[in-house]
Formats: sequence, C-alpha cells, structure tokens
Amino acid sequence: MSAQAKHPYHMVNPSPWPAMGAFSALFLAIGAVFYFHEESFLGLPGAYKLLPGLSLIILTMLLWWRDVIKESVNEDVHTDEVSTGLRMGMVLFIASEVMFFVAFFWAFFHHSLGFSASTLQWPPAGIEVLDAWHLPFYNTVILLTSGVTVSRAHLYVEAGLNQKAAKWIWITAGLGAMFLALQVFEYGHAAFGLSDGIYPSTFYLATGFHGFHVFVGTTFLVVCAMRAQKNQFSPHKHIGFQSAAWYWHFVDVVWLFLFVWVYWLLGLPVRTF
Amino acid sequence: MSTTATHAHDDDHNHAPKGISRWLNSTNHKDIGTMYLVFSVVAALVGGGLSLLIRIELGEPGIQVFDVIGEMMGSEAKQFYNVTVTAHALLMVFFVVMPALIGGFGNWFVPMMIGAPDMAFPRMNNISFWLMPPALILLILSGVMGQGAGTGWTLYPPLSGLAGQPDMSVDFAILSLHLAGASSILGATNFITTILNMRAPGMTMHKAPLFVWATLITAVLLLLAMPVLAGALTMLLTDRNFGTAFFDPRGGGDPLLWQHLFWFFGHPEVYIMILPAFGIVSHIVSTFSRKPVFGYLGMAYAMASIGIVGFVVWAHHMYTVGMGVNYRAYFVAVTMAIAVPTGIKIFSWIATMWGGSISFKTPMMWAIGFIFLFTVGGVTGVVLANAGMDIAMHDTYYVVAHFHYVLSLGAIFAIFAGFYYWFDKMTGKVYPEWAGQLHFWTTFIGVNVLFFPQHFLGLAGMPRRYIDYPDIFAEWNMVSTWGAYLTMTSTVFFLIVTLIVMIAGRKSVANPWGDGATTLEWTVASPAPFHTFEDTPDFTGGNPAAHPAE
Ligand code: HEM
Ligand SMILES: [Cu+2]
Repeated sequence: MSAQAKHPYHMVNPSPWPAMGAFSALFLAIGAVFYFHEESFLGLPGAYKLLPGLSLIILTMLLWWRDVIKESVNEDVHTDEVSTGLRMGMVLFIASEVMFFVAFFWAFFHHSLGFSASTLQWPPAGIEVLDAWHLPFYNTVILLTSGVTVSRAHLYVEAGLNQKAAKWIWITAGLGAMFLALQVFEYGHAAFGLSDGIYPSTFYLATGFHGFHVFVGTTFLVVCAMRAQKNQFSPHKHIGFQSAAWYWHFVDVVWLFLFVWVYWLLGLPVRTF
Repeated sequence: MSTTATHAHDDDHNHAPKGISRWLNSTNHKDIGTMYLVFSVVAALVGGGLSLLIRIELGEPGIQVFDVIGEMMGSEAKQFYNVTVTAHALLMVFFVVMPALIGGFGNWFVPMMIGAPDMAFPRMNNISFWLMPPALILLILSGVMGQGAGTGWTLYPPLSGLAGQPDMSVDFAILSLHLAGASSILGATNFITTILNMRAPGMTMHKAPLFVWATLITAVLLLLAMPVLAGALTMLLTDRNFGTAFFDPRGGGDPLLWQHLFWFFGHPEVYIMILPAFGIVSHIVSTFSRKPVFGYLGMAYAMASIGIVGFVVWAHHMYTVGMGVNYRAYFVAVTMAIAVPTGIKIFSWIATMWGGSISFKTPMMWAIGFIFLFTVGGVTGVVLANAGMDIAMHDTYYVVAHFHYVLSLGAIFAIFAGFYYWFDKMTGKVYPEWAGQLHFWTTFIGVNVLFFPQHFLGLAGMPRRYIDYPDIFAEWNMVSTWGAYLTMTSTVFFLIVTLIVMIAGRKSVANPWGDGATTLEWTVASPAPFHTFEDTPDFTGGNPAAHPAE
C-alpha cells in the first residue's frame, strides 16, 4: 500500500488483461458463428475455429490470476477488508451460477412434469434412460466423498499444516477427475444422442454443464494444491482455497439435484400426462 | 503502459496515466464510468437513428424508405424493417439505458456517495466495460449479416430458430447478448461487494443515499436474472446449431419454455432499467426542494419490494398463450401489487416537494418530467396487468406506448436528469441553464406528441412490429412522426451544445446546487479529482456533507 492511503482497500494498478480478455471473447464469438455456419475463418477446419479465441481467453485468465496471486503473496495488499470483499465476490459469483443452472432445471421440469403441450409422457417414448443406481450412483458416492476430503483439507489449512492440506486437496482433485472419467464413459454408453429430442437435450445440457463445472472446480483445486505445497495459505487467510472449496460444494449440491431428479425420481417409471 | 504496470501508486495521486492505456487498462471508477457514458451516447446515436427510420417509414401508409434500405442491405423491405425494430430495442435496452444508468452513473457516483476510494474490484470493473464494445460489434453484425436478425428483442422461437431465421444473424445476436450479460453479471458482483463492504465508517445501510440503495437492488436483480437469460440463450444456440429440441415441438420441446425463461429475466430487466432512475430522481427532487427525501426508509424498502415481487410476475407478458385461468388470476394479482410500492415512491417524491423551496433548474425539470411521464406509463401498466384487457391489447401500439412512457420517457428522462445534475461534477463545467431548459421543453413536447397518440392507435387495434397499416390509422401515425422529428431536433441541439460546453464552458464549483445537495460527491472539487477519498470520510458523528444550516 502506498504511504498516503489511509483506507484499507486495494487500488489495483492498471492492467491490460481486461481489454485483452474482452476482445478474445469477441474473437471466440466470431469464430463460433463461422464454425456453426461453415464459413471460412483463418483457414481453420470445423471446431478448430474456436481455438484462437479460446486460447487467448485461457491465456488472459492465467496472466490475470497470476497477478492476483502475486498481489496477495508478494505485495500483501489483501487486507482484511479486501479479503472480505473477495469472499463476497466469490459467493455472489456462485449465486449467479446457481441461477444459470435454474434455467436448465426449469427446462427439465417444464417437460418432465407435464407443463409442455408437446410432451405426452416422461421419459418420452423411445428413450431408454440410464440406470440411476449404476454409474450415476457411483458418481454420487465419489462426489460426496470428495466433499469430505475437501473439508479435511480445510481443517489442515486452518491448522497451518499446508503440506498435509495439499495431500488432501490432491485427493479431492483426483476424485473430481474420476467423476469426470465415469461421466465421459456414461456418455459413451448412453442409448440416446444429443439430437434425439427433448430428453437428451435437457439431460446432456444439464449434466454437461455440471461436468464442465466439475472440470473447472478440479482445475481450481489443482492450483490450490500447488499453492499449498508452496505454503501460500495461512490459517488466517486462504481465500483462494476457501473459494475453491465453496465452489466444490456448489458443484456437489448441483449434482445431488441432478441425481435425485434427473436420474432417479423422474427417470423411471414412465408417467403419462 | 507507461507508468502503469510498475508503480502507479507511488507518486502523486492526481496524475492520471496518459494516452490510450489510461482507458484501455483503466482501474479507475471515474474513467470507466466516463467510458460507459461515451459508449452509451454512441449506441444511442445508432439506436436513435434507427428509431427515426422506423418513424419515417410509419409516417404514412405504404412502404416509404425500407424498400430502398432493404435492398441496400441485401435484404427485403419487410424483413429489414423487423431487423431495424429488433436492433433498435436491443440497442436501447442493453447498450444505452443499462450502460448509462448502471455503468456510467453507478460507477461514477456509487463509490463517491459511500466515501470509497474506488470499486471493490477495479480491474474486473474494466472488463465489465470492455466486454460491451465487442457485444456492440456482434449486435451490429447480427443486423447486417445474412438477412439480419428480425426476431424482435424477445427472440421468440420458432422465428428465432432455424426454421425462422436459418442464417448467421441470430447467432450473432445470441452471442452479443451473452457478452453483454457477462458484463452485467461481473458489474453486479462488483457493485454489491462495493456497497456492502466499502461504505464509510458510520454509514449504515439505513444512512446510505437512495441512489446507492437503487444500485444495490438493481445489481441483485442483474445477478439473479441475467444467468437465466444466459441459460435460455444457450439453449436457443444449441437448438439452432447442435440439434437439441428445447423449443422445438417436433422433438418434444416447447416454444413456451422460451417465453417463460425470457420473461423470468425480462420483467426483472425492466426494473433493472428503472430502479437506478428512481434513485437519481430522489436525489434531484430532494436537492432542488431543499428538503430531505420524504419517507427515506420507505423509499428504500419500496425499491426492495419492487425488486423481490418483480421476480414473480413474469407471465403477465404471456396472457395470450392459453394459460389456465388460475395462473392468469395469480399473475394479475401480483402484477397489480407492484403498483403499491411504485405508488409509495411517486407520492413520496411529491411529498418531498410539498412545502419545499423548489428551484426549477434543468435537472429538476427532467426529474419532474420523469415523475409525470413515468406515472402515465405506470397507469397504462396497471391497465395491461388485467388479463382480460391485455388479451385485446397485447401486441398492439398500446403496449408500445406503455413501455415507451416508462422507458423512453422514464429511464431516458432520468438519464438526462442525472446528466445535468452531475455534469459539473464530471466535467468541471457549467451547463448553460437556457440550453438545458430549451432541451427539456422541446424533448418533453416532442416525446409526448410522439408517444401519446400511440395509445389511441393501440386501442383502435393497430398491431406492433409491422411495416405498414390500414389507412384508418394514418392520422395519428403522422402526428407521432412529427413528434419524432421534434425529439430528434432537440437531441441534435443537445449534442451540439454539450460539445461546445465541454470545450469552452465556464468553470464550475464543488457544489453548484447549494444546501439541498447533501451527498458526499459535492464535498470534492469539480471535476472530481482522479482519486477521491484517500482520507475516508467519517459518518459516525452525522453526515459530513450536510450543511450546517440544516
Ligand atoms: C406499475 C408498473 C407496471 C405494470 C403493472 C406493467 C405491466 C405490463 C404488462 C402487463 C405488460 C405486457 C403487455 C403485453 O405485452 O401485452 C408490459 C409490457 C412492458 N413493460 Fe410494463 N409494467 C409496469 C412497469 C414497467 C416499467 C417500470 C418498465 C420499464 C422501465 C416496463 C417496461 C415494459 C416493457 C419493455 C414491456 C413490453 C415488452 C415487450 O413485449 O417487448 N413496464 N408491462
Ligand atoms: Cu413485465
């Protein structure tokens, strides 16, 4: 903090990453539309048209978050007040993510509970649903276990034992990876494709976005595990890890809803409207 | 990147970084607010130009200009008329009103009103802004690529699906809204955190200025409503490009699902556009009546209840889809309930003026104009809230008149009110009173001539979103178009005067409005220095910006 500032807040230095991120998003969007409509874009084939924009966005994220970690660890600008702000920011971000999933659950319930005039039964005729008590159940167990392991890691962080915490964060991330592997396996063996009507539409988008969030959460945890190995968390201040843990619990809860409603209760038996 | 990445905070705080990097890399709430305001003006020029085209076309029966324009744009007259209506609405909602009220005034004045040195996340603040120009570029592409997106701003399938508009235009529109939505969500996170975490010591929420309250509630609505739109847009995108069937009955989907998701976002969205306006108007009415706002807490909680109830009324936009009568009864009742807190606000503004020593300066004129015209729009809203009435009125010009009274004459009047109120603070210049008054009166007359006749047209059954109409509607349409010419002339006058004043205006003072102005922004110089409140103001012993005479 500069000498004259009497407030506890963080006056962030100018940064090129926001504008870079925004224009990368433009690049990605144009690439995406050209991919959808099979127009030529930088001579790239098919979905590769997404690659330039996407890589630039990922690069921006890396550079941006590297700065945030530096500001926390090296410049020590994350005062108690700034830390409170960062935690609030994370909670609000998760709240907005919850509302994103609300849209997909809305789509699911709209059809599966018979609000739609064009859905005559659920699951729709010709759809062979997955058995909830097979892979989906294993995945439920995996995610619930990972909720326990991440809490264990949290206890170690709060006790100042970063190395032990790192171990348990790695275990959590490993469980996340296992979940993803099983999910991919399940997709590969499902009897319906994405374009086979409303059931696969709701199923794949809801579970797919959830899977993507597991991927993001796992990545977040891996970064935290590495930071724990570098002893970057203190019992008093570990916003990065705390955010990753909150995010992980959020992903966990979304899965419970998916499991209970999409796979189990509204999976079988067939109900007609 | 001259002084920037290294040690910007070491030396003099009032030395802003120089050149393009000051803006591109900004982490300063005032600079970002300025960029938002400039952006909003640019979008308004495009959006306003399109509305003028619409009015010229509708000035008389038959097709006047769109055959030529349509051909120029590689489209057909009727389609391109729809493209123009769509682009006009999306521009005004997402690229004019929201950036001006929230991004512009919110960024400028929320930190200053709570005595904070900046926003909570200054760097994220900048990506909120910089996502908007790419979103605007995508929106323009949606209008000019292929046939152009002519779906209306509500993007209803099947018209917005592959069957209705197979080319790339609608995909550009969807991605444009995705980026604008991401910008809003990040901005909302920033405002909520700033307001909850960075208020000056002693400024409890119950002492926070009403514009701060308004922005807080607006941000909560954005945070919760925008992601639902994002989800819906994603489904539309996959329906169009990956063969899903969310909105397609052929695959068991349902177009009505779109309407539910859209309006679950869309109704909170209309409050997102008007709540900040409420906040601004409260300050202006209080300042120029030299009285504190009547019923301050009631005003704050009226906004909060409008925000909450605003989430459960969405299907009043869908009375004609064949909903069951019980659903309709419910949505009628809750929609009308919103008129209660809205009425509280209007009566409180009047009570604030009551017995005050009112000075009718330009900002006050716009604020009073707002109250007057917004009330007209609110009253027609209550009419439309009745399902039985709305079956006849839905998709007619009566609805167009309603939402222009609350938006063009509500939100936009509040933007002008805020602009004149804070002009000195933002630019350090004095706006000539005569010019402001002339601008107000010509706009006030112009927009009323423009929009009031649309009530009559709607009641007579003229449908919205059509390029042509039967001769019976010709007279009032002609009057309406005269109103558009007058409004546009007034706007051009405003732009020219503003440019001149910004360059050659007289220097203003810290507080040009006197005793009535009691919020913290009036305690710093005009224009406000690059950094404000390095020394945190203290509210524990009362409001340091209040004037001793009170
Ligand atoms: C007393 C408060 C209000 C009530 C009861 C109300 C009611 C309604 C109803 C029932 C409709 C649907 C009409 C139809 O499509 O048939 C409507 C449309 C609309 N309202 Fe309001 N409204 C109110 C305030 C507002 C405010 C404050 C705004 C924005 C600042 C607003 C903006 C709109 C817009 C943009 C539409 C048209 C949407 C479209 O179809 O494109 N309204 N209103
Ligand atoms: Cu509404």
